[in-house]
Amino acid sequence: MAEVEETLKRIQTHKGVIGTIVVNAEGIPIRTTLDNSTTVQYTGLLHQLTMKARSTVRDIDPQNDLAFLRIRSKKHEIMVAPDKEYLLIVIQNPSE
Amino acid sequence: MSTKRPKSTTTTSKGKDKKADESSAGSVAGSGHPNDILPLTLTSATQELFGCRCDEDVTGDNPYKILRKEDIVQDMRMRAAVSDFSPMKQLVLDYPEDELLLVYDRDFIYGSSFYLVLTADAKERHLKVIEVALEREPSEVFAAQKTSEPQPWISLGSEQEIEEESVTDSRPRLKYRISRVRREFGAPIFFSDRNAMETKDGFIECTPYQDKNFSLKQMERHTGVQTIPNLKSSSTQTQWTYPRSMCTQYEPREFSEEKKENCLQSEKLKNFVNSVASRFEIAIQQNEIMDVFFDDWKALSEEDSGYGRKADPHLKEYQSFTDLHFSKEKTISNINWHPTINGVIAVAVTERLSFEDRINGSTKLLLNPSLILFWSFSDPINPQLLLECPDDVFSFEFCPSDPNIIVGGCMNGQVVLWDISTHVEQLQGTRTSGGKNIAANTNALRENETPVVRYCAVSGIENGHKAPITDIQWLPGTFEVSRMGVPMENKNGICVQIVTCAPDCCVMFWDIRAPRVLQTMADQRKQKVEEKPLENPHGVPNTFKHLDLTWKPLIRVQHISYCKTRLQLVLSTTFCPQDGELVYTDWKLEKDNDSGRLFSAKPSHRFIIHDGQVNTVRRSPFFKDIILTVGGWTFAIWKEGVTNGPIIQSSCSQKKCTVGYWSQSRPAVLFIGKEDGNIDVWDLLEKTHEPSQTQNITATQITCIKPWIVSSKQHLLAVSDHLGTLHILEIPWTLRSPSSNEKLSMSKYFEKEVDRLVYFEKRREMRAKEKKDYEAEELRKKTYLISHQPVIFIIGTLKL
Repeated sequence: MAEVEETLKRIQTHKGVIGTIVVNAEGIPIRTTLDNSTTVQYTGLLHQLTMKARSTVRDIDPQNDLAFLRIRSKKHEIMVAPDKEYLLIVIQNPSE
Repeated sequence: MSTKRPKSTTTTSKGKDKKADESSAGSVAGSGHPNDILPLTLTSATQELFGCRCDEDVTGDNPYKILRKEDIVQDMRMRAAVSDFSPMKQLVLDYPEDELLLVYDRDFIYGSSFYLVLTADAKERHLKVIEVALEREPSEVFAAQKTSEPQPWISLGSEQEIEEESVTDSRPRLKYRISRVRREFGAPIFFSDRNAMETKDGFIECTPYQDKNFSLKQMERHTGVQTIPNLKSSSTQTQWTYPRSMCTQYEPREFSEEKKENCLQSEKLKNFVNSVASRFEIAIQQNEIMDVFFDDWKALSEEDSGYGRKADPHLKEYQSFTDLHFSKEKTISNINWHPTINGVIAVAVTERLSFEDRINGSTKLLLNPSLILFWSFSDPINPQLLLECPDDVFSFEFCPSDPNIIVGGCMNGQVVLWDISTHVEQLQGTRTSGGKNIAANTNALRENETPVVRYCAVSGIENGHKAPITDIQWLPGTFEVSRMGVPMENKNGICVQIVTCAPDCCVMFWDIRAPRVLQTMADQRKQKVEEKPLENPHGVPNTFKHLDLTWKPLIRVQHISYCKTRLQLVLSTTFCPQDGELVYTDWKLEKDNDSGRLFSAKPSHRFIIHDGQVNTVRRSPFFKDIILTVGGWTFAIWKEGVTNGPIIQSSCSQKKCTVGYWSQSRPAVLFIGKEDGNIDVWDLLEKTHEPSQTQNITATQITCIKPWIVSSKQHLLAVSDHLGTLHILEIPWTLRSPSSNEKLSMSKYFEKEVDRLVYFEKRREMRAKEKKDYEAEELRKKTYLISHQPVIFIIGTLKL
């Protein structure tokens, strides 16, 4: 538990990181550093997108699987790491 | 048809019979001739031989010639086939007598030139006829009318025809006898039915049959053909459901706290986080190191273009307005752009006289009314509209929510309201009509003169300020102030309250709505008495009739011993500068417990920065808490909340700064107007020790600067000078387009300055403390010295 906390904290304290969210396989946030409404919004949208991206990769090559997803927008960068049961989302502002 | 055919056959057969008869007779011609003569043709050789040459031996008168039978027979023997008599050889031989009669048929009655009489009787007859003719010739003349005697009928074959036509019995006539039993005569008749089908042949049937004549087979037909797509009719039946309003309310699924805890504890999560953490680290570090998506090329070009255009950073003169009638000998005290109509600008013209001169010439001044002129870009010579004021106006403002309402503050302390809604179309029309109608409009104006609008409401002299109103501002439409000085939300959204300030130490709040009923009875009565129905001279609109001459300020904020010249408002505080002093106050009224009167709190801060009168207090349009003040020979930039002093203060310039204004589009640029008619353009990001640009606009002091954004391509700066001329300048590209991150840079700069101030303050405190310590130390040392040194008394005698 402490290990998990420590790792997440390490990620959180990087320069420019706005928030981190841990999501379970069903799309329910487990742990977050953002406020509730933002968390719910990010979780819902990114969960679907990750599923779509993963199915895309696997459709092209069934042996392949999605490892990491980075969405770069004008203001932020959203990074998603999928797993069989969990999802870790990090939002960073790169241009600071 | 059928009956006709047999007839035709009979006729043809008859014809054939006739021909057969004639041919059997041996005659050539079809005309009837008796059987006993035979027409023949004799050649000239035969004629010579028999001595019957035509027209020599035999003539018309004497056509008969007797020929001997033997001669003919001899001729026939001698000449055989060639002889003319050979066809009738047999007839000649059969002739009983010896002599044959040959008649010359000159008229061809029987078809040939001669005819031979075949029978003796005929011969006799002919000879008789000849003889009779010969004999009768003389007697014929005389006895012409001899009655003809009945001759025996000679059958010529006509009885056959008659026989055929006559009707005779072909068989004996049949006789029939019919009899009946007598009792049956006249007996009643009984009819009975009989089935026709019983007996054979009981009826005769005429069955219909298809007449082949009428079954025509049409071999050819003329028709047209058109193709159409395949048509198919089909139908479906759908289930019709009633639309029903329904709503669903949902919320995202969330875990309860304990469940979250459980999850966090799980081993799987730990593994997951450990496995992905490294990836995240890499990615985040990447972003920290460098922004891969940053377009350096584009960013480079922006800075470059700034240098390229250095040739042309000056403000270009766009237009200038001056009026010979109205602004001669006068100066412009305030400028305002019309908020909605493009190209219309209003200036307040005031007399260029000092206080003493005003008093001396007050009678003359009364004759010349003070005016606010409206200029339009389409007409640089004549003002479009004149607003009449009771006295010189030093400041005026358009109402932000309704640009037809203008409020002005006069020299005598009155607050004046104008309503120009009737002339708005004219103002708009002169702008939009442009080139075409400009001639017509100017002519009309010259004929009619510029329209003059009188003020529609003015505050009572006793209620207003006691000194010229130097600044007037509308409260923003979102909030209003109650009688107690508490700001409240203005539900209407329209601006209804005005704040004025004057050097008589008063700041007044005015409300342009009709006074509410909640006032005390005394006030009401008083106001009712004063509120007489006013006529409207000069066609002034009734907009503010309820205020006219009875207008009282809502709140009067009195500050002891401070006079105010400029106002800048925000939600609950005011920044009021005066002669060189800058005062920061909160104008909430407090109740004094002793006297029960309301008075305002003491000002929280005051600063003396400027050497002369502060003539400008302006908020930056980009930063809500940055304020520019201009006065004396310097200008200063302040930040609200920082009470140590100005965060930036400029160095003293050569000439007095008369007015200043922030640029509307660039956060780092401000314009300062000088006493000598120069405009200094300060770019705080470029240099802060001197203006980045100085440009001379006019020869006299600049009295007001107001920038205005017409469009993204055109930014104008209105500058007025002491001589009463209004210059419109165009701001070049370098001064109006912000560089990238300008706002960010400026805010950082301001922060740095604030830090500097804070640091200085700290240092000062530290220094003060150090100094105190040092002095205390020194004192201790001194006392120590003194206490340990021999005391030498020196007595000095005073010589009186």
